[in-house]
Amino acid sequence: MFAYIIRRVLYAIPILIGVNIITFVLFFVVNSPDDMARLHLGDKYVTPEAIVKWKTERGYEKPLFWNSDKTGLEKFSDTIFFDNSVKLFAFNFGQSDSGRDIGYDIQQRMWPSLAIAVPVMLLGLLINISFALLVAFFRATYIDIWGVVICVIMMSISGLFYIIGGQFVISKLLHLVPISGYDTGLEAIKFLILPVIVGVIGGIGSGTRWYRTIFLEEINKDYVRTARAKGLTELTVHYRHVLQNALIPILTGVVVVLPLLFMGSLITESFFSIPGLGSYTIDAINRQDFAIVRSMVFLGSVLYIIGLILTDISYTLVDPRVRLES
Amino acid sequence: MTTILIKIINRFKLVSQNIQFILIGLFFLCTACEQSAWNNPYPDSDSDKSIYYDSFSERPKHLDPASSYSENEAVIIGQIYEPPLQYHFLKRPYELIPLSAIELPQAIYLDADANELPADAANEDVKQTIYRISIKPGIRYQPHPAFAKNDSGKYVYHSLDKNDLRDINVLSDFVESGTRELVAEDFVYQIKRLVKPGIHSPLAGFMSKYISGLHELGKKLQATAKDKKEFIDLREYPFIGAEVIDRYTYEIRLNQKYPQFIYWLSMYFFSPVPWEVDLFYSQPGMKEKNITLDWYPVGTGPYMLTANNPNRHMILERNPNYYGASYPETGETSDQEQGFLDMAGQTMPFIDMAYYSLEKEAIPEWNKFLQGYFDTSGILSDSFDQAIQFGDSGDPELTPVMKEKDIKLLTAIRPSTYYMGFNMKDKVVGGDSERARLLRRAISIAVDYEEFISIFANGRGIPAQGPLPPGIFGYVEGEAGVNPYVYDWVNGKPKRKSIEDAKQTLAEAGYPDGRDSETGEPLVLYFDTVTAGAGSKSVLNWYRKQFEKLNIQFVIRATDYNRFQEKVRKGTAQIYSWGWNADYPDPENFMFLLYGPNAKVETSGENASNYQNAEFDELFIKMKALPNGPRRQEIIDQMLEIARFDSPWLWGFHPKAYSLYHAWYGNAKPNLMARNTLKYKTIDAKLRKQKRLEWNKPVIMPVVIVLVFLLISTIPAMVTYRRRQQGKV
Repeated sequence: MFAYIIRRVLYAIPILIGVNIITFVLFFVVNSPDDMARLHLGDKYVTPEAIVKWKTERGYEKPLFWNSDKTGLEKFSDTIFFDNSVKLFAFNFGQSDSGRDIGYDIQQRMWPSLAIAVPVMLLGLLINISFALLVAFFRATYIDIWGVVICVIMMSISGLFYIIGGQFVISKLLHLVPISGYDTGLEAIKFLILPVIVGVIGGIGSGTRWYRTIFLEEINKDYVRTARAKGLTELTVHYRHVLQNALIPILTGVVVVLPLLFMGSLITESFFSIPGLGSYTIDAINRQDFAIVRSMVFLGSVLYIIGLILTDISYTLVDPRVRLES
Repeated sequence: MTTILIKIINRFKLVSQNIQFILIGLFFLCTACEQSAWNNPYPDSDSDKSIYYDSFSERPKHLDPASSYSENEAVIIGQIYEPPLQYHFLKRPYELIPLSAIELPQAIYLDADANELPADAANEDVKQTIYRISIKPGIRYQPHPAFAKNDSGKYVYHSLDKNDLRDINVLSDFVESGTRELVAEDFVYQIKRLVKPGIHSPLAGFMSKYISGLHELGKKLQATAKDKKEFIDLREYPFIGAEVIDRYTYEIRLNQKYPQFIYWLSMYFFSPVPWEVDLFYSQPGMKEKNITLDWYPVGTGPYMLTANNPNRHMILERNPNYYGASYPETGETSDQEQGFLDMAGQTMPFIDMAYYSLEKEAIPEWNKFLQGYFDTSGILSDSFDQAIQFGDSGDPELTPVMKEKDIKLLTAIRPSTYYMGFNMKDKVVGGDSERARLLRRAISIAVDYEEFISIFANGRGIPAQGPLPPGIFGYVEGEAGVNPYVYDWVNGKPKRKSIEDAKQTLAEAGYPDGRDSETGEPLVLYFDTVTAGAGSKSVLNWYRKQFEKLNIQFVIRATDYNRFQEKVRKGTAQIYSWGWNADYPDPENFMFLLYGPNAKVETSGENASNYQNAEFDELFIKMKALPNGPRRQEIIDQMLEIARFDSPWLWGFHPKAYSLYHAWYGNAKPNLMARNTLKYKTIDAKLRKQKRLEWNKPVIMPVVIVLVFLLISTIPAMVTYRRRQQGKV
């Protein structure tokens, strides 16, 4: 398995280089270094000299990919792309175009993102599995039918509706928790209640439908029939046998998103004023801060690859039949 | 209600005794709700404190006074830095008064032989202008580690290396702090910082044209920075443009006559920055730790920034070393009756702390204002109808819901203008030909800005008669101030000329019924604009309809902001819309948008329409040099006539600022030029606490009902399960 992991890590390098090139090309197709300088310096009274100075101090006066004025390896290495890409592979994100340390900002902002994402995932998992088991247990009854109908309706409603509706009902009408905001330590709890409730409720429709499908697939298998034939109660059959075996696809689905929990959620964090990573990338795109954009895309790619590797590993842990061969 | 629910539940024999206890507990919880609001986003212990609560939607990009130039940044640094001058809080028109200076400096004009010239000396005779500024002695900086000294008088934190910063993450991690007196050298130091490498002051290029030797200093520092990586002590660089005369006096030397320079002395670019602070932040490792002047400003003002987490909040607290300025004793005649002079002569500031929370979205921000958790609020279009209604007289007033909460409304016309410009270099709409001029005038009549203001700005604005907004010298009220090419004066008010007039003018231009009389081709015009999401579609459609009134085909070329700017810069846009916020309340700051030598294409200046008129330019030079008075007014009237005749812009509109504030917020008079207004404000914390509790009583019962409903709804499922287990299903 170790050799397999090493091989997957090595595979990740060309993927990350590719992602880096695509990010770089897409960003600079839309924004030129001159545009970036103008945005940072403002609209008023900016002279061409000021723009040149800004670019020179940040290394944006160089060619993008190929420096024909240089010789040898410097033709490639003395470029904006090289300057901005190599350090990433050592997880040195450097400084944003406005002078902030990106690594420090990421460290600061990932905790609030996790403070919402983790409870939403855990509670959502618990509630979705419970509801899915319930409707699967009462399959083909009115509970199942109405359960599915409600799930489809809940899936069809925009996430924004849950957020605004939640803020309106729970905070504005009932005055139970603050509408938005964030704090550290235990004080954070009162700010997290609403986004967590909204996140969980917003995910019930799709989560329950998905898990119900998984459970129904398991329920029709032979071992379940055998368990019933042995005289086990329906409750035991569902909780001891069906749930355990259905956990394999559930687990893989969960593990793959685990690393991405760090990245936060843009809309939730915006509406609840949570200082997480969700809005970090979007803010950077709006500010044309390439240093942050490339760092966040790189980090997202790395986390996604880690998620996939963890998924493969988790297969071996939950299903003894699976072996990772190099 | 609780008892009835319990009875229902008991009837179904599904609840244990414990649930009854929970419900009874909830009942008692409800009575406890009287004491505190659950939805209070701030600690309960702060409820009695004199804290001002407000929000911001975007993190300030810069807090360094050399780089900062945005409104949202000024809200913060305006309370921290004290430049030499400020605007009087109450008087209108806006009036400059001393802040850290003792008095307003008088310009001293010198000729080529350094002989003093009279104040009305001709521009071409003046070769130097000197502003001698004397500052108040005894002003001290806020506590800051840059000033900390040990017992032997040496600076504690002036020779740090990366190891010393190992356990330092934020500025407050430095244990020691100190202060010192403000001296003239600090102002001179800051002027030098405008061209210091690495700072990128937006004003550097502009001021280099005026301040003697600033351009050369910038070049010298640039060259030095290439070889010298460590701290550049600007005190070591002699600079003719700003010199220290004595401990409390310094001089600024300009290379020409520029009377508007005095306004710049009220802006943060000319605030003091002590060398100790510059050295402190320049030490190795500081930037990597995000400890910079751009993040932790250091000033002499009434407040200091004690928490800067712009992803969450920014907190200003009273500067313990503030000298304590007095509230103004004079103002406008109406100020007395409105209570704006009640605090006259009292020592400021009145508020202990200002707490700015990040609110990216308008809905939660608005709701928090209604709940009493923000003291003031603007009004977005989404919530406009909820807050404002128009009375029989057409004046805006608050809705009953707002009045019930005793919320107050303030309106003021912004010193700004939003206009639609023609590129005067364009072959069709531009140029000095009669044909193009008449075409521009016809369009000016057809585009109905009264309707635009009504539909898209909720009535918050007034149609512009020229580039000058009300409140700026040169603006004329009444019939004399009306643009005669677009409006008629009817029944004591301006009335836009009819669309028939516009069609007639268009026909005179050679485009009868929107077709070129020579070629018979339909007239097609192009509007370059920035795509701003779905919301902008209705605005663009409205523009199209305005041009359709003249049968002109109006093609919208929407693009991103970068490309739009590029088009304007290169002069390839045909028609565009833009706006301008005044830097200072002087007509020069608007008229220069039409001054030929400022043309965008040739000089990257602010004349985006590339308008050139020799007579206008000549008058501009004269007007710029004159003090406000009848002669200046006469010249401005002439300039306005030329500009209206040529119509390089559709003059658009001047926006009106509407702001709401709660009854506990005092001295709320809007001052749209001053940025240091927090010190004048008051908060009645007791009233605020009472209102917050009154407006935010927790309502538990619906939650209980929902929970009970959920419990009850499980009954059929349990029944089905039991039947299935008993083999009945």
